[in-house]
Amino acid sequence: MDAILLQILNGLDKGSAYALIALGLTLIFGTLGVVNFAHGALFMIGAFCAVTLQKVFNLYSVVIDPTKTDFLGNPLKVKVPYVETWFGEMAGQAIINWSVPLAILVAIPVMVTIGYVMERGLIKHFYKRPHADQILVTFGLAIVLQEIIKAFYGANPIPTPAPDVFKGSFDFGVLIGFDENSIIYPYWRLIYFVFSALVIGLVFAFLQFTTFGMVVRAGMADRETVGLLGINIDRRFTLMFGIAAAVAGLAGVMYTPINPPNYHMGMDFLVLSFVVVVVGGMGSLPGAVLAGFLLGVLESFASMNEVKTLLPGIDQIIIYLVAIAILLTRPRGLMGRAGVMED
Amino acid sequence: MKHLTKNDRLLFIFFTIMVLAGPIILAPFGAGYPDLLQRFAIFGLFAVGFNILFGMTGYLSFGHAAFLGVGSYSAVWMFKLLTMNVIPALFLSVVISGLFALLIGFVSLRRSGIYFSILTLAFAQMSYNLAYSVLTPITNGETGLQLNLSDPRILDAANTTGSIPSTNLFGLTMNSTAKFELLGLVFQFNVGFYFCALILIAGFYIAMRIARSPFGLMLLAIKTNQTRLNYTGVNTRPYTLAAFVISGMYAGLAGGLMAITDPLAGAERMQWTASGEVVLMTILGGVGTLLGPVLGAGFIKYFENIFSKINDSVLESWFSFLPEGLSDAMVFVLHFFVGKGWHLTLGLLFMLVVIFLPGGLMEGGTRLYNAFRSKDTKSSKDEPKAAE
Amino acid sequence: MSRITTTRRGLLKGGATLGAGLALPTIFTSPAAAYLNEPKGSTVTLGFNVPQTGPYADEGADELRAYLLAVEHLNGEGDGGMMNTFSSKALKGNGILGKKVTYVTGDTQTKSDAARASAKSMIEKDGAVMITGGSSSGVAVAVQALCQEAGVIFMAGLTHSNDTTGKDRKANGFRHFFNGYMSGAALAPVLEKMYGKDRRAYHLTADYNWGWTQQESIAAATEAKGWETVNNVTTPLTTTDFSSYVAPVLNSGADVLVLNHYGGNMINSLTSAVQFGLRDKVVNGKNFEIVVPLYSRLMARGAGENVKGIFGSTNWHWSLTDAGSKAFVKSFGEKYGFPPSQAAHTVYCQTLLYADACERAGTFNPCGVVEALEGFKFDGLGNGATEYRAEDHQCFKDVLVVKGKENPTSEFDVLEIVEVTPREQVEYAPDHEMFSGGALGTCNPGA
Repeated sequence: MDAILLQILNGLDKGSAYALIALGLTLIFGTLGVVNFAHGALFMIGAFCAVTLQKVFNLYSVVIDPTKTDFLGNPLKVKVPYVETWFGEMAGQAIINWSVPLAILVAIPVMVTIGYVMERGLIKHFYKRPHADQILVTFGLAIVLQEIIKAFYGANPIPTPAPDVFKGSFDFGVLIGFDENSIIYPYWRLIYFVFSALVIGLVFAFLQFTTFGMVVRAGMADRETVGLLGINIDRRFTLMFGIAAAVAGLAGVMYTPINPPNYHMGMDFLVLSFVVVVVGGMGSLPGAVLAGFLLGVLESFASMNEVKTLLPGIDQIIIYLVAIAILLTRPRGLMGRAGVMED
Repeated sequence: MKHLTKNDRLLFIFFTIMVLAGPIILAPFGAGYPDLLQRFAIFGLFAVGFNILFGMTGYLSFGHAAFLGVGSYSAVWMFKLLTMNVIPALFLSVVISGLFALLIGFVSLRRSGIYFSILTLAFAQMSYNLAYSVLTPITNGETGLQLNLSDPRILDAANTTGSIPSTNLFGLTMNSTAKFELLGLVFQFNVGFYFCALILIAGFYIAMRIARSPFGLMLLAIKTNQTRLNYTGVNTRPYTLAAFVISGMYAGLAGGLMAITDPLAGAERMQWTASGEVVLMTILGGVGTLLGPVLGAGFIKYFENIFSKINDSVLESWFSFLPEGLSDAMVFVLHFFVGKGWHLTLGLLFMLVVIFLPGGLMEGGTRLYNAFRSKDTKSSKDEPKAAE
Repeated sequence: MSRITTTRRGLLKGGATLGAGLALPTIFTSPAAAYLNEPKGSTVTLGFNVPQTGPYADEGADELRAYLLAVEHLNGEGDGGMMNTFSSKALKGNGILGKKVTYVTGDTQTKSDAARASAKSMIEKDGAVMITGGSSSGVAVAVQALCQEAGVIFMAGLTHSNDTTGKDRKANGFRHFFNGYMSGAALAPVLEKMYGKDRRAYHLTADYNWGWTQQESIAAATEAKGWETVNNVTTPLTTTDFSSYVAPVLNSGADVLVLNHYGGNMINSLTSAVQFGLRDKVVNGKNFEIVVPLYSRLMARGAGENVKGIFGSTNWHWSLTDAGSKAFVKSFGEKYGFPPSQAAHTVYCQTLLYADACERAGTFNPCGVVEALEGFKFDGLGNGATEYRAEDHQCFKDVLVVKGKENPTSEFDVLEIVEVTPREQVEYAPDHEMFSGGALGTCNPGA
């Protein structure tokens, strides 16, 4: 029982990353009708916003410490970050320590800008083109973005820890009457879950309760009619692209303490998030979120040892197996509409 | 040749000559060595087969690499158990991949559009993940299925040489090469390449015949408007399934050829990136055209094998004729685009081609041809071929 | 219809005639070479085949740096590095056998197919007599088999699987790097000393060949010391988030977690394990511990603070103080500005060892080189007295047990050496059950 609860918790956490990325993909697809293979790259760039901010905070001046030597036997050059010289060691350390949460503030404007530029500069020209062309151009863009990041930061993962206060884990089990250590969960992962729930909630609220959102939803349903009403739907859709990019970027920023980011992380998520989107049903926002969490939880269950001894290798294929089962029983995924991307 | 037009015949003859002369044409570009030539032919065949499905019916499979992988595994098992002769190996790889395609196609074709794509992707990824891990007894997992000295090879004479025999066609070994030197260039004529090339030519011919047959017209009709076909009482499923199986067999054949030219079968051949690669080849070359996929395959493989090998010292030797500062600058700039940066160049080229040549490389060719041909006739800027 | 049939038949006939001609290739390649790619001019070409794209690109880049350094030293440029400390004095700094060393590079992408394609182009197009490099066992085994078939020497780079010199050993292939068995044999006594005899270990293992052999080796070695293996859970190679594998560990009754992961997998699983606070827990009255059997300093950097105090093993580390290591760190550090990784070290050694073997054999002929390397005993390359065992072409030398440093002084100062396990302790019989099932075959000169 406690093992199952633990895996549900795990699954929700895993699922929140899937759900955030899938949500952004669906926003883009639903509004602009574009299959965006560069979405994983946006997630990756978000993560590297955090890395960059950490780097910026760590910009240093060199002080030579004659008492120690470096690996060649020369006097050791100690790097003292500017923030420490300016604000004192304590405050400086604290700023560096909090670089991941602070990166959220940086990531939002950066990602919206990137999204805006991407849409105006490139994607706009591909609305009328076949999906195959959209895939090729966005895939090309993903490679280019990825290689640029690699040129700057190398291929190895870069540690970007969470602030010290969020280190360690929380014992859930004790709270609800299980043994000690039976259900523990890291603080940062809990934060990640809450954060994604918040972002998802905000996106839905924005679409549901604002006039802007209403117009966008109307445009998603019938772009031409909305256009005929004299509303400039394109401009709103462009902004939605920016928002989708920001959602992916935030997912990336917050993900960095969970796994150290490398330039390749977007590609690792790309295929999975497409599976999530399609299982949820093309163009359906609630479907994408639901499928994200569902697949996360099922993936976690499949990794349980009890399940694995019963069905060896099940954790290797569970996501795809579930995807096939759902697509065969529900032709348009969980909540997809008829006629979308079916031809 | 009833259904083939004069243009088709010309295209086929041109294609045949170009392929057979490959070692001569490509030598000046540094691509005239057997391994890369073989790869051109094999991936050309793979892309031609993929185009029968994607280009003609519009069904975008994201899992075709699975058939390639299955073909390779079948061929290597044939080499291990039966004989190093390539005929049984090729036969088995086509049959097994055909059966595999029948199974996956039967399930996946119940859906269309992106739902179909994801179903094929899911099947291929499952094959890859399992082949890498729990199916290791059959696939040898990470290290790939290889030939061993202790393999039975029941049809072959006992092997006492202490080295693994090479693949052959009734004694004609696939890795034998004749080299000629002329004008400072080395021309390498390799048996394995010509074997692959002949199969590519045959595959191209069959694809051409399919495209011009009533069956091909039916496939095009499915691509244009499947709903209308269904309303007129045509059951399209058998046609799409046939196209899927045929293209799966092409992939299996290509996989078999890979094992013939290099007897090793690894799981990563089935990964989604490999499936994606053939999609990119086809789109890059020109979806629905006969020649395009082959061009796209050659383009990508050329970058993978040639650009990745250009390192700084090669660059320096290129620009050594320039004054020092200038040559250093050139090396510094180009450094990002070659060697370890070859992905960047490939990504940029994907974007450039798809932005400026909506019909892929073939459209580039057509435009060039038209520019030379018709100054008088009105610019027949035919609208880009819709893929759906 | 008829016309095309004739054409096709004609084509086939033509092909067959052409093929029959090609069956006797030696007729055409007139000055018959004694072996494949015999260097005829004033230079000799080596092929450096390393991952330049993909997750191991940084390791590949470091390997490449070491190769360039080795080429410099062989050609008599630079300060000579470990050539000065190498016990064999056959190398004179005038290239190999008087021929200047040139090289070609390629990208393995850490994929067997790509690695073989790249190696083949080096052999077929660039005339390389030796291929070296790689950063994973899958690639090493695949390229080693290719070199055996083609008839050139393969000097393996970073490959840790038992199979490379075990069931997949080849006559033309040589490995300087250590392996999973040696990791286990070196680690187990240290772990026993540090953590006691009565420990219960939980293994997370990468679900492929290398992971399995590694897990098998570590489990066997620790069980011999009295540990109990509570559980062994395999994790898919493509896993990025290990939380669902790490979460149940605490509740399993285990008090040690062994992570049989490498590269990105290792960083992510270790990060998850630390996040879950495993190391702050007390189980069975003992502090919970984590072990990473195979360390790579380059990769360990990615895990940041999480590696502190965690034990593992490594082939070589730049903080060693013997003359060879110091010479190598000096020439590498002065050229590039940072210390070399173990991957850089092993490939540098391999290049020197190959060159030296050619000198001693007096030929580049693979069979001569194999003969010169088999049973070759040497010293001064940073690992103490070392032997290339003739039976399986594996180097036998001391193994380092290391631990994540608590107070690093620089970004390179990640690991500290805990113990140098002597060679006798990590040695095994060539037909040991973890290594059996393969055969070297005979050397293949390719012509």
